[in-house]
Amino acid sequence: MDRRRPRSFYPLAAFFGLFLLFLYGPTLTIAILSFQGPTGGLTFPMRGVSLHWFHDLFQQQAVGDIWGSFRRSFALGLMVMVTTVVVSVMGGLAFRKRFAGSGVLFYLVVTALVIPSILISLGVGLIFNQTGLDVHWSTSGFGAQLTWTLPFGLLIMFAVFNRFDKSYEEAARDLGASPWQTIAHVVLPIIAPSLIGVALFGFTLSYDEFARTLLTAGSRNTLPLEIYGMTTNVTTPVIFALGTLTTLFSFLVIGVFLATVWALNRRRARAGSDAGKGMV
Amino acid sequence: MAALFRNRHLTGWLLASPLAAVLAFFLVLPILMIVVVSFWGATEFSIYPAFEFDNYHFLLTSPVTLQVFLNTFKYALVTWALTLGIGFAVAWFLAFHVRSQTWQIALFLLCTIPFWTSNIIRMISWIPFLGRNGLANSTLISWGVIDEPLEWLLFSDFSVILAFVHLYTLFMVVPIFNTMMRIDRSLIEAANDAGASGFQILTNVIIPLCKPGIMIGSIFVVTLVMGDFITVRFMSGSQSANVGRLISNDIALLQYPSAAATAVILLVTVLMVIGTLLRFVDIRKEL
Repeated sequence: MDRRRPRSFYPLAAFFGLFLLFLYGPTLTIAILSFQGPTGGLTFPMRGVSLHWFHDLFQQQAVGDIWGSFRRSFALGLMVMVTTVVVSVMGGLAFRKRFAGSGVLFYLVVTALVIPSILISLGVGLIFNQTGLDVHWSTSGFGAQLTWTLPFGLLIMFAVFNRFDKSYEEAARDLGASPWQTIAHVVLPIIAPSLIGVALFGFTLSYDEFARTLLTAGSRNTLPLEIYGMTTNVTTPVIFALGTLTTLFSFLVIGVFLATVWALNRRRARAGSDAGKGMV
Repeated sequence: MAALFRNRHLTGWLLASPLAAVLAFFLVLPILMIVVVSFWGATEFSIYPAFEFDNYHFLLTSPVTLQVFLNTFKYALVTWALTLGIGFAVAWFLAFHVRSQTWQIALFLLCTIPFWTSNIIRMISWIPFLGRNGLANSTLISWGVIDEPLEWLLFSDFSVILAFVHLYTLFMVVPIFNTMMRIDRSLIEAANDAGASGFQILTNVIIPLCKPGIMIGSIFVVTLVMGDFITVRFMSGSQSANVGRLISNDIALLQYPSAAATAVILLVTVLMVIGTLLRFVDIRKEL
C-alpha cells in the first residue's frame, strides 16, 4: 500500500478537530467562567479572576447540601460499581452456553437498555409508594441505576467472551483444574483489564445518573439531582464552580481506571509469556 | 452433585440469577406496575385502584398528545440524521485515516471521555455559549455578521437539538468505529486494485459493511432522544414539549395514572421503532 495520505485525510482531520472542539469547548468555557471575580455573572466578560466561587461552594448554602449529596453519590457509585462487575461477570459466564430462557433474559437486557429512563423511575417509585416502603437512594435508587449499568457491563462481557480463546480453559481442565479453579486462576486473570472497564462504566454511569434516580432517591439527593435543583434557583457562577469540580473529579476517576488498565497490560506484556524465548 | 453441576441449564441459571433478579424486580415489575396504574383513577391528592380507560381515552383524543408525539419524532429524526453524519465521519477518520495504533486509541478515548462525565453539567455549559450575551452572539456581532443578538440560539428547538447531538453523537461513533475496525483491509485493497475511487470504496465497500454498527448506534440515539425529558426541558427553557416532559409534568402534579398511561404509549412506540431497527441486525453476533 502506498503511504501517501488519501486526499480525504485533511478535510476529515479538520472535521475531527472541530468535533473535539464541539465536545470539549463548552466544558472549557464553564471552567474558565468558574474563576469569575466576585461581581461577575454567568456569561463573559470576566470581571476579574478569583477563587471566590470555589470558596463559596465550601460555605453554607442557602439551599441544599452539596457535600452530603457528593458523599451519597460517591457511596452509591461504589455500590453500583461492585455489583455491576460481579453480576456482569456471572451473567457473561452464564450466557456463554445457551440455557432454557437465555433468549428471554437477553431480550430483557436489551429492553433495560432502550427503555426510557423515566419509566424505570416512575415504576420503581410507584412500587415503593404503594407497598409502603420508603424510597431511598441506597435501595430503590440503587436498583433503578443497576438497570442502566448492568446492560453495559453485560455487553462488554459479551464482547470479551466472544473473543476469548477457549483453549486456555481446556488446557487448565486437562491439567486437572476444577471448574472453579479454571475460572479463578485462568479466566478471571485473563479478562481482568476488561473488568476494570466494566467498573469504570458502573461507577461513572451511576455517579452521573439523573433520570433513573429522580423519583427513586427519596428526600436525600444525589449530586446530579442537587445540581439540577441548583439550575432552577442559583444564578451565580457557583454552579459553574461546582460543575468544574465534579467534571475534574470524573476526569480523575477515568484517569485512575485507564492508568490501571495500562499498568495491567504492561505488566502482562512484560511478565506474561516466555514463548519463543528458548529454554530458560 | 458433580453431575448436577454439569447440567448447563442449571449452571446457566445459577450464574444468571442475580441478573435475572435485578431485572425482574427493577425492570419487569415496574413495567407491570405502570401498566396496572395506567388504568387507575386519580383525585387531586391521591390515586385509587380502578379499571377505567379514562386516562387512555383522554390521551388518545387530546390534540396535545398528537402534537407532542410529532415533536418527539421530529427531535428523534433530526438528531438521528445529524449524529449519523457526524458520527460516521468521525469513525471513518479514526478507523481509516489514523495509521498509528497509539494515536487511534488516544483519539478514540478523547471522543469517549465526555460520555463518562455528567450530562447535566454538559447541558449547563452551553449557556455561556448560546445566551443572549453569550460567546456566539458577541463573536458574530464583533465580526459584523449580525447587528443584534440572535434570540433563537438558546431556549429553542435549535439548542435542544444541539444538546442532543452534543450528548449522543458518541453512541454513533463507538459502534460504527467498532464495525469499521473489523472490516478486512484486503477488501479495500482489492477495491483499490479493481480501480475504485476513494468515494466508490466508501459507498460500495465501507458503508454496506458498517450497517450493523449504524443500526446499533441508531437504536441508542433514537431511544435516548425519544425517552428524554430533561434535555428538552432544560435546553428549551420549558418552551417545547416531548412525551417525556408530558410524563414528568403529570408526575409533578401527582397525576400518576395519567403519567403511567402516557408512559405505556411511549414504551409501545419505542419498542415498535426498536423492533423495526432490530430486523436489520443481529446484536449478539455483532459484539
